[in-house]
Amino acid sequence: MRPFDYARADTTSDAATRAAAGATFLAGGTNLLDLMKLEVMAPEALVDVTRLDLHEVEATDESGLRIGALVTNSDLANHATVRAHYPVLSRALLSGATVQLRNKATTGGNLLQRTRCPYFYDTAAACNKRDPGTGCAAMEGRNRILAVLGASDHCIATHPSDMAVAMRALGARVVTEGPDGGRELDLGDLYRLPGDTPNIETVLSDGELITAVILPPPPAGAQSYVKVRDRASYAFALVSVAGVVAVEDGRITSANLAFGGLAPMPWRNEAVETALIGKAPSTETFDAAADILLADAKGHGDNDFKIPLARRTLRRALRELCERAA
Amino acid sequence: MDVTITVNGTERKLELDPRVTLLDALRHELGLTGTKKGCDHGQCGACTILVNGRRINSCLALAASHDGDEITTIEGLGTPENMHPLQTAFVTHDGYQCGYCTPGQIMSAEAMLREAAEGWPSYVSKTLDADPTLTDEEIAERMSGNLCRCSAYPRIREAIAAVRDARNATKEAAE
Ligand SMILES: Cc1cc2nc3c(=O)[nH]c(=O)nc-3n(C[C@H](O)[C@H](O)[C@H](O)COP(=O)(O)OP(=O)(O)OC[C@H]3O[C@@H](n4cnc5c(N)ncnc54)[C@H](O)[C@@H]3O)c2cc1C
Ligand code: SF4
Ligand code: FES
Ligand code: FES
Repeated sequence: MRPFDYARADTTSDAATRAAAGATFLAGGTNLLDLMKLEVMAPEALVDVTRLDLHEVEATDESGLRIGALVTNSDLANHATVRAHYPVLSRALLSGATVQLRNKATTGGNLLQRTRCPYFYDTAAACNKRDPGTGCAAMEGRNRILAVLGASDHCIATHPSDMAVAMRALGARVVTEGPDGGRELDLGDLYRLPGDTPNIETVLSDGELITAVILPPPPAGAQSYVKVRDRASYAFALVSVAGVVAVEDGRITSANLAFGGLAPMPWRNEAVETALIGKAPSTETFDAAADILLADAKGHGDNDFKIPLARRTLRRALRELCERAA
Repeated sequence: MDVTITVNGTERKLELDPRVTLLDALRHELGLTGTKKGCDHGQCGACTILVNGRRINSCLALAASHDGDEITTIEGLGTPENMHPLQTAFVTHDGYQCGYCTPGQIMSAEAMLREAAEGWPSYVSKTLDADPTLTDEEIAERMSGNLCRCSAYPRIREAIAAVRDARNATKEAAE
């Protein structure tokens, strides 16, 4: 690990000021320290935000939930309101990593964790995300875990989070505070697609700290998180589907769906959801939705299997959700 | 930089480079070598310790970030003269071969039993609202962060199940 200066922030504005001057935020450290040990990331200064007062989960005036950025993945998964009213989020969190990691990992850090692309981790390999302009070793390489949607000719990395996928299906918003004040944005607007600058992953400016995630009131219908992976436990998603579906009188009345493992960000496509509304649950209905989801899907060899796998995972998720919601 | 941590009940003042992890502080600065380094990247669980009662991977934690925290290592759980029930159960049930992963397994198992007692669900729990029953499948899922290169898993689960049963019996007797 390269040497760095360490400072602990006492206030969010202190943290933002230090980060605007070049320091990197340290939360749980489960992703950042891993990458620093490999020198994939080599910040000259860290500003430790873990003692900031952002550890609470509170009800909002709109009957939703405000989750402090430092709430650990364990505390969030185990929170009584989340378990009772946002089970898709509990399940997604519980499917990720291990208890040891979830006890450290934070809400903000989870959203901003970096890709698990093997070449991003290998400092000897060409990687436009790590080293802009060097190329992309994954394009012709081992890209089994990489993206089939939303990628570019410059980068096909996936966003690895499970939690973010559930939050996207739930319509979460992200609250930030920066040197120039704060803002609130849709989780989908937090991320940028790679285009020709895969090194720029979010719209956050230097020094902008995520302070909270806001969930709207619990949606109607059944919720589930289906994760397909290489092992039964302790593995990142190859494909995952977070779904919230309501059914009335044999017809789907609402459907919120987000996808993991497929794209550089937790993926949502409203046309997929619209195609389901008013339809009776059936394999044809589900396949028509999958056709829309996968219309622009592009494999790169090793990851071609994700396209049919995504279809089957969506079918399974929808079949189970519609049965439970009926 | 100055870091003060309480390790197994004793306050320890350290002067450290900011890069030092809790794992290296325990092993190299404090000579507590019971906590093992397997991967050093959060993947194997050999370095599992308790921080303020919760299990974490000490290899992915900066000591500086844990100033003021309470740490429990395998040395604080039991001693050769006064073994913790999990340590005894691992011996009785032969829950290891080389033993390298064992301290991490035991620290993790102790935390896991407490989490279940507090009602934490896991990914394999059928419902999120009922108190979990620690079936073999539940134990395996909840211990998935502790790898065993010797693959002593069946015996590790047996040892943990024995302590689970003993605690359930004590609880029932008290009720
Ligand atoms: C072995 C292993 C297996 C894993 N498996 C899974 C899995 O199956 N599913 C899954 O979803 N995840 C998995 N993870 C990833 C894990 O969920 C993340 O490492 C974790 O959520 C990151 O949170 P953190 O608080 O530790 O972030 P940190 O490592 O502290 O930070 C990550 C990044 O976010 C930035 N940051 C942190 N907080 C803020 C903030 N409030 N505002 C702005 N920037 C911030 C940091 O500067 C850094 O760049 C795994 C990790 C490991 C090591
Ligand atoms: S896919 Fe992206 S992260 Fe992976 S090597 Fe290519 S540029 Fe780097
Ligand atoms: S040494 Fe910490 S998890 Fe392997
Ligand atoms: S007993 Fe050898 S690694 Fe587990």
